[in-house]
Amino acid sequence: MSEKTVIAFHETAEQAAALQKVIENHKGQDGALIPVLHEAQEIYGYLPIEVQQKISEGLGVTMAEIYGVVTFYTQFSTQPKGEFKIGVCLGTACYVKGSGDILEKIKEKLGIDVNECTPDGKFSIDATRCIGACGLAPVMTINDDVYGRLVPEDIEGILAKYM
Amino acid sequence: MKSLAELGTIRESMKDCVNLRIDEHAVAPKKGARAHVLVCGGTGCTSSSSQKIIDEFEKQLATNGLAEEVQVIKTGCFGLCALGPVVVVYPEGAFYSMVQVEDVAEIVSEHLAKGNVVSRLLYEETVTDDGIKSLYEVDFYKKQRRVALRNCGVIDPENIEEYIAVDGYQALGKVLTEMTPEEVIEVIKDSGLRGRGGAGFSTGMKWMFTARADGSNGKYVACNADEGDPGAFMDRSILEGDPHAIIEAMAIAAYAVGADTGYVYIRAEYPIAVKRLQIAIDQAKEMGLLGDHIFGTDFSFNLELRLGAGAFVCGEETALMTSIEGHRGEPRPRPPFPANKGLWQKPTLLNNVETYANITQIINNGAEWFKTIGTEKSKGTKVFALGGKIKNTGLVEIPMGTTLREIVEEIGGGIPNGKQFKAAQTGGPSGGCIPASLIDIEIDYDSLIEIGSMMGSGGLIVMDEDTCMVDIAKFFLEFTVDESCGKCTPCRVGTKRMLEILDRITKGNGCLEDLDRLEELADSIKSTALCGLGQTAPNPVLSTLRYFRDEYIAHVVDKKCPAGVCKDLVSYSIVADKCKGCGICAKNCPVGAISGQIKSPFTIDPAVCVKCGVCMGKCPFKAIVNK
Repeated sequence: MSEKTVIAFHETAEQAAALQKVIENHKGQDGALIPVLHEAQEIYGYLPIEVQQKISEGLGVTMAEIYGVVTFYTQFSTQPKGEFKIGVCLGTACYVKGSGDILEKIKEKLGIDVNECTPDGKFSIDATRCIGACGLAPVMTINDDVYGRLVPEDIEGILAKYM
Repeated sequence: MKSLAELGTIRESMKDCVNLRIDEHAVAPKKGARAHVLVCGGTGCTSSSSQKIIDEFEKQLATNGLAEEVQVIKTGCFGLCALGPVVVVYPEGAFYSMVQVEDVAEIVSEHLAKGNVVSRLLYEETVTDDGIKSLYEVDFYKKQRRVALRNCGVIDPENIEEYIAVDGYQALGKVLTEMTPEEVIEVIKDSGLRGRGGAGFSTGMKWMFTARADGSNGKYVACNADEGDPGAFMDRSILEGDPHAIIEAMAIAAYAVGADTGYVYIRAEYPIAVKRLQIAIDQAKEMGLLGDHIFGTDFSFNLELRLGAGAFVCGEETALMTSIEGHRGEPRPRPPFPANKGLWQKPTLLNNVETYANITQIINNGAEWFKTIGTEKSKGTKVFALGGKIKNTGLVEIPMGTTLREIVEEIGGGIPNGKQFKAAQTGGPSGGCIPASLIDIEIDYDSLIEIGSMMGSGGLIVMDEDTCMVDIAKFFLEFTVDESCGKCTPCRVGTKRMLEILDRITKGNGCLEDLDRLEELADSIKSTALCGLGQTAPNPVLSTLRYFRDEYIAHVVDKKCPAGVCKDLVSYSIVADKCKGCGICAKNCPVGAISGQIKSPFTIDPAVCVKCGVCMGKCPFKAIVNK
């Protein structure tokens, strides 16, 4: 599989302002950290150490605590995701119907592993927990598009739509 | 909302409209639409583009000048996810299944404009010689009893007035104006309702303990909507289809235990449910059904959403509360129980979504009514998410005590492709398997525990002869190892060791002693892990060992996988008698492992074969076997 590419952190003035607003909205609330992290990830797409530091200063929560929370929950990512986020459901219903083979096929086609991003920043793969579309098993998602009742032969055509 | 009378006015003004969908003898209301088109907007159907179908209906109705006469409503889940996207047209109750965007024009121009039902699009089970029969008479629905799901697929979940029209917020009004908190708890206790999140503890008792706890510094109610069991989606469907039922029940619970603030902890993986619940909370606030002085009484209640962030352990009650507080979702030892020390160390009542979904019905119809449904010790119904190798995948609600056979063969429509039923898995990573020999078991909390499984939150995955039980046990352990929070050693280290043994077995490197080691480890983990996740993690292994020991033995002694799943133990070969020598397999083999002369039997070179199974799928004569 490909070498992990490290992408340097860049932020726009809009992103910085948006995060500042989120912090102000939640400051002083009980249990504010997780909602702030959710919203920060909406803004930046991921939670690099630089963003965590801003939240630490803004909310007055230690970096140790924030890093601990970010790495505990699988929804929070310290790595950037691709423009097209592929999620392959590995819930029981999908697994029984062969979603493992679907995942293998995608990995093979893109040359990256789960939790990695293609070097051009286009695709990233996540193995997701049950998304609850068990009636359509096996299921994959690409951003907000859902593809169900898949067989490995479908993958090439689906990926081609996003190339 | 100042009074019950005000609620009554809204109900009366909406009743005719909603009745069109509920009462088959209803006549079209004088004002409002004469026909309703209900399109399922649950996650399953949305995934198969039901939104595009709604847009197309609106476009077609406008072109045909019917926009005023026909109302399009996006509802929650109908349950028959396998047949999605689902569209139901009232007053006829015509059930159209697997509708495509291209079909919409015909439904509008034929059915809605001229009154001719489009037979070719109807769910075939509803078609009779002399017309159509009600959806509720087909096999899938006949044995179901919808209590928790009663409004799913009936009302528009984003419209509070439709909820009020089906007696919504009536129970809250009754409780606040006519009952004391003690009376409310007594009714819930008397009903026999048990926690639907899996463990089955008496809901009324839980309410009583929280009510008795000292709440001078505040008290909370919370809803566990962190439905993490893979293959379970009933809580999501309730939140998507009937969010107000949960809000109303939580307000009732808050009144009963003396709380004024509530939290719903919901998975971020359920965007539609999050959105609808937020809309519902906002509408309830606007109408004064949440907030201060509800129904003009001294009772005030506020409700907030908290999103999970993808940690299975947060479904465990103490971990869930730690997560709401903003920390890593690690469980803490009990006692103290949440009823005494929960959120921010204050007394907290935590119930699951489906448990709450039963509350308003119990208040409105009484404990006696609820007790008529179910078995002696398990009252009411249970919603199951039916998945895996079964024809009618979807959501079913059955009275407790229904047999597994009824669920699989009648409601579920049996196993597809003529395969044999092998086992059903309930309780997700905490549960176990029910083998085919126990298919006549009457399902309730206690019967499932007795056979080494558990009710769990309600995932029911059906497996056929092609499912390897060792592989399934390994799948669940991989899940637990991944989701173990790492706080206690038995779970963090023990499950990992079990997984290593299973991995060894599926690769053909296991020995008979491994089976004893698995059981020994399982026993230690069960008795020493800190929380429910660890204590139940060995269950899938123990239950498969109990009922499918021969399969484990085949793996360790004969080095064979009877189901043909474990790649290292499988070899592909061509049955010469069946092979016609067409060469399709050789053409499709990605590694060139198949060779032969056209019109005479081909052979597979096991040294080259990568066991991908492509040839088996392509062979038109079923001449390739993997044993």
